[in-house]
Amino acid sequence: MNLRRDVFQAIADPTRRAILLLVASQSLTAGAIAANFDTARPTVSKHLQILTECELLTQEQNGREIYYHFNPKKMKEVAEFIEPFRKMWDDRFNKLESVMKKYKAK
Amino acid sequence: MERKTKVNAEDGKQELMITREFDLPLELLFKAYAQAELFEQWMGTKVLKLESRKHGSYQFETTDPKGNKHRFNGSIHDFLPNKKIIRTFEMENTPFGVQLEIYEFEELTPDTSKLTMHVLYESVAQRDQVLQLPFAQGINMAHNRIQDILSKLK
Repeated sequence: MNLRRDVFQAIADPTRRAILLLVASQSLTAGAIAANFDTARPTVSKHLQILTECELLTQEQNGREIYYHFNPKKMKEVAEFIEPFRKMWDDRFNKLESVMKKYKAK
Repeated sequence: MERKTKVNAEDGKQELMITREFDLPLELLFKAYAQAELFEQWMGTKVLKLESRKHGSYQFETTDPKGNKHRFNGSIHDFLPNKKIIRTFEMENTPFGVQLEIYEFEELTPDTSKLTMHVLYESVAQRDQVLQLPFAQGINMAHNRIQDILSKLK
């Protein structure tokens, strides 16, 4: 694999992250994906190419259409992929603790 | 304050565990879940309905920065004060299905307590999707984003 096609680099780009979030909820064609962005179609195609090359997306031919699927297995290779999820709960629970400490002080 | 909240999600399973120890007496920790006005404050959500009892139900609503409203709801299967809450959870109008959540509340010392949250998803794939969603931002923002996107597709 080309060093430039590194998973971490792939997800460092906000448009590519948005594409991943979109495809994670359902498989879509390149056209349907591009329709969600103001970015020029060739730019979206380039992002799809990068995501496919680093295996975060897989392609499936369906008749004349190519559908893009999210590949969760590859995503797991991203170190600490659980960390944002844990951080979200940690923030919520910190808030709970401070809200209840204030409540108790009343 | 490091690693107070732990997430354990074993590979290939359709469940996960979230544990957290609190600097709060058990009763206060439980109250944060049982009383709507307190829940609203720490979760940052509007509580449309919260029937904290066995066979009760709940519905929450959040508003994203764009002003779009997103609703979450579920049924309360069991409600044992200061011990346990078993409920379902669903994000309305998303493909993430329903999850079963078992909350266990324990006293550690008179001033500290522990929450264990056991979450079961419909499938391994669904759990992994939910886990992976927040890698970009917070999970709520991700859900909102997906809802935005899905509503555009309709």
